[in-house]
Amino acid sequence: MLEVHIKKELAHFAMDVHLQATDEILVLVGPSGSGKTTILNVIAGLDNPDEGSVRLNDQHYFQGKGKSLPPQKRDVGYLFQDYALFPHMTVQKNIYYGIKDKKDKAAIVRIEQLVDVLGIGHLTAKYPHQISGGEKQRVALARALATEPAVLLLDEPLSALDRETRLECQDELLRIHQMWKIPFIIVTHDMDEAEKLGDTLLFLKKGIVDKVMQNKVPVHL
Amino acid sequence: MQTTDYTPLILSLKVAGISTVIVFIAGAFFAHLFARKQFFGKSILESLFLLPLVLPPTVVGFGLLILFGKKGWIGSWLLEWFDVQVVFTWIGAVIASIVVSFPLMYQSASAAFQNLDARLENAARTMGASEWKVFRTITFPLAWPGLLAGLVLSFARGLGEFGATLMLAGYIPGKTDTIPMAIYFAVESGNMEKATFWVVMIVALGFSTILWLNWWSRRSVQRYRNEQL
Repeated sequence: MLEVHIKKELAHFAMDVHLQATDEILVLVGPSGSGKTTILNVIAGLDNPDEGSVRLNDQHYFQGKGKSLPPQKRDVGYLFQDYALFPHMTVQKNIYYGIKDKKDKAAIVRIEQLVDVLGIGHLTAKYPHQISGGEKQRVALARALATEPAVLLLDEPLSALDRETRLECQDELLRIHQMWKIPFIIVTHDMDEAEKLGDTLLFLKKGIVDKVMQNKVPVHL
Repeated sequence: MQTTDYTPLILSLKVAGISTVIVFIAGAFFAHLFARKQFFGKSILESLFLLPLVLPPTVVGFGLLILFGKKGWIGSWLLEWFDVQVVFTWIGAVIASIVVSFPLMYQSASAAFQNLDARLENAARTMGASEWKVFRTITFPLAWPGLLAGLVLSFARGLGEFGATLMLAGYIPGKTDTIPMAIYFAVESGNMEKATFWVVMIVALGFSTILWLNWWSRRSVQRYRNEQL
């Protein structure tokens, strides 16, 4: 279970957010500038709250007013907006980047299975600029899951794709989530996408949770 | 027929080469250190770094003489502890070259590091890469075109350095006569033939350096352009 409480003074408002997620898909919905990406960055350890806590099962990532575990030591996978694939490495090297022991058999089997499920086996020798948007999204997903994270954060994972590819990738995300059974936290501003993917939807407005929906039913705060 | 003494060429390459290695490491180090940090006094420090770019070389040379002269702050210390004298030696020429070419390296490296998408480095961190691995595998290779430009410009600037070198290293044939120095003193003594020879040499060196840099950077820009699509 992931439990997060963030209090943070931002440029235009003060953020105060509580959220928790079990092995479900939690979607953060809201207009741009409502603090969605900040929440993901805090969970990943790339940004710190002024005050609060980030806890994954019994591991404290952040507590109180300053003790923060660096991103390297957190069990968090992060799929960035526009994917942030390393342009100077092949797809294969991108996916294996986080694997310390390149001969680790369990890791190789896991990644081969991922590559297979995502249908990107034919791309491994290519560079990111040689593949399409949908393919990049799949490669980024494989790369984020390759290190076997306990939580996966996805920042606008499908916004760069055309409608058809987007629908295809939505189904794929649901399928991958079924297989991995870890909390997925997805940021989006597309309402249809949020409803299709999310078990729980958190509507953010200026750093505050404005509304919560669980399995399409509004929940009272 | 008079045989040509190639000492100025060898000395120029030696001075510019050593100075470029030092400037490359120091410039890249400070540019990386300051690239994403804001702290009190940063702009003052950066202005100091870039100052030699706008000052007359004689002023830079004067400052270096004050520092590195026999009675200078650093000079007296070097002499006392290491028995090393900087003024009127090729080491003086290296120091002058370092100071005037550092701003070029610092600026190129700064731009290269700042233009780098921070998410790439963050993506590496979330995959467990140590800060050293992030620098080695992501930051450095992606900033390389900019770092290389700085390196080449620093080398070219080091080759052409004259004013500050004259003040600090002087003109001692066989010891501190770099190509620019050789040209100036050949003209002074009316030896136009010798001056022309070195002028052609340094123009050819400078031109081929910049030509190569242009060709190389165009190639690398093309390689990364598709990335933005």
